[in-house]
Order: sequence, then structure tokens, then C-alpha cells
Amino acid sequence: MEIFLIQLIGPLAIAGVLLTVGFFSGRYLEKKHYASIIARETAPDQVMVFATRLPPPELPAPATQLVSGSVVISADYFKRFIAGLRMLIGGRLNTYESLLDRARREAILRMQEEAKALGATQIFNVKLETMSIGGRNPNSISCLEVLAYGTAIIPRN
Amino acid sequence: MLLTNLEVVPGRRIVAHYGLVQGSTVRAKHVGRDIAASFKNVFGGELKGYTELLNDSREEATARMVAQAQAMGANAILNIRFATSSVAVGAAELFVYGTAVALE
Repeated sequence: MEIFLIQLIGPLAIAGVLLTVGFFSGRYLEKKHYASIIARETAPDQVMVFATRLPPPELPAPATQLVSGSVVISADYFKRFIAGLRMLIGGRLNTYESLLDRARREAILRMQEEAKALGATQIFNVKLETMSIGGRNPNSISCLEVLAYGTAIIPRN
Repeated sequence: MLLTNLEVVPGRRIVAHYGLVQGSTVRAKHVGRDIAASFKNVFGGELKGYTELLNDSREEATARMVAQAQAMGANAILNIRFATSSVAVGAAELFVYGTAVALE
């Protein structure tokens, strides 16, 4: 009976520790990440981003350059656990929604940083690509990659 | 070589079309990085090793596409698209394609 209890409690305790660690570290990292995203997005001289196919014609014609930004982000243990529970009953997966939102915004910000380093003022025809890099189970989105790319417009003076 | 994902290059005229050019690479992840990633799977956050790995692979795919375009005599690639697919567990294919053209 005692051996049975130890065998039962051991894995439960490990799962409990992982969940607690995941919950607190995940929440802390997400808060920090959102603060950094918002600070960079609202920076006064941020490069403008457009999904429009072509830039408006202007003279003199600007120089163009392909720019991209990417990020690989992982869900924490707690988020994955909640998502696992959610998949039993269906509905919105809030925990993954915020993960994808952060990844997309971060990828766009990195693309903007690259464009800014080139002296660009605008980026046109922005495309976003998302890929899940599954762990052992290819169906689970344990971590995902987001790539943002577009053409930077560098004005000629 | 001018790379762009627009269909035209502002202020430049296309004098010749050479057709589709492409580059791809298939990469597997590395055990060391995988161990670091499994820790991150508990804590959450960015996997910097993977970001770098995928960026390097994408650069390689682009370099292959550029080499193909140069062999044709093109000086620009327009309408570039990136595509990614996981071909097996732990391996991904990074694919890039575009239209090779000559600009005046």
C-alpha cells in the first residue's frame, strides 16, 4: 500500500512542480515580453508597415531591399496543460492565442529593426509565415516559428 | 543581385524574364539545442538557438536561389516568397522562390 502511494505521489508531485514553475515563469516572461513589444511598437520613429502589394509611385524612385524577421517561441508547461484540458471540451485556446500574438508582433518588430538599420521608412507587401515545430508529437504546437518579410523602401536623397 | 518581394522595382524597367528560380534546404535540429529547448518547454519563452538555426538555413536557401539566378544571367529576383514545411519530426524544409529578371 505504501509503495503504491509513493508511486502515485511521485509523478503527481513532479507534474505539480512543473505546472507551478511553468505558470509563474510563463506569466513573468509574457508580461515582460508584452511590455517590450508595446514600448518598441509605439516608438516615435518606427518604420511603417503595409500589407499593400505595391508602394505608391514617387519620384525619385526609392531603393528597395528584402527584409525579414523571425522568432521561435515556446509555450510553457502550464499553457500546454491548459490547452490539453481545453482540447477535451473544445473552444477558444486563450493561452495559445497570446503566444501567437506575441510571436507575430515580435517577428514584425525584428523586420522593422532590420529595415531601420538600412535607413528605410516603409515596408511594403508584408507576408507572415507560421510553422509549428512539434516535439515528439507532431500534432501538438509545443513551439512555433513566425517569419515576417517584406520589401523595405529606402528613400534616396 | 537585387532581391525584392514586390512585383516591380520602382524606377527600373525589366528587360528580360528568365522564369522561376528556387532554393531549398532541409535541416534537422541538433541534440544540444534540443536539450535547451526541452527546458524552455517548461518555462516558456524564445528559443534563440532555433531562431538562429532557421535564419542560417533560410540564408543558405536564398544563396542557392541567387546562384541559380546568376547562372541564368539575371540581375534581380522579384516576387520572392518563403515557404516552410516540416518533412519529418525534428526536420524542416526551408524553401524560397521567385522570378529571375534582368533590369536595365
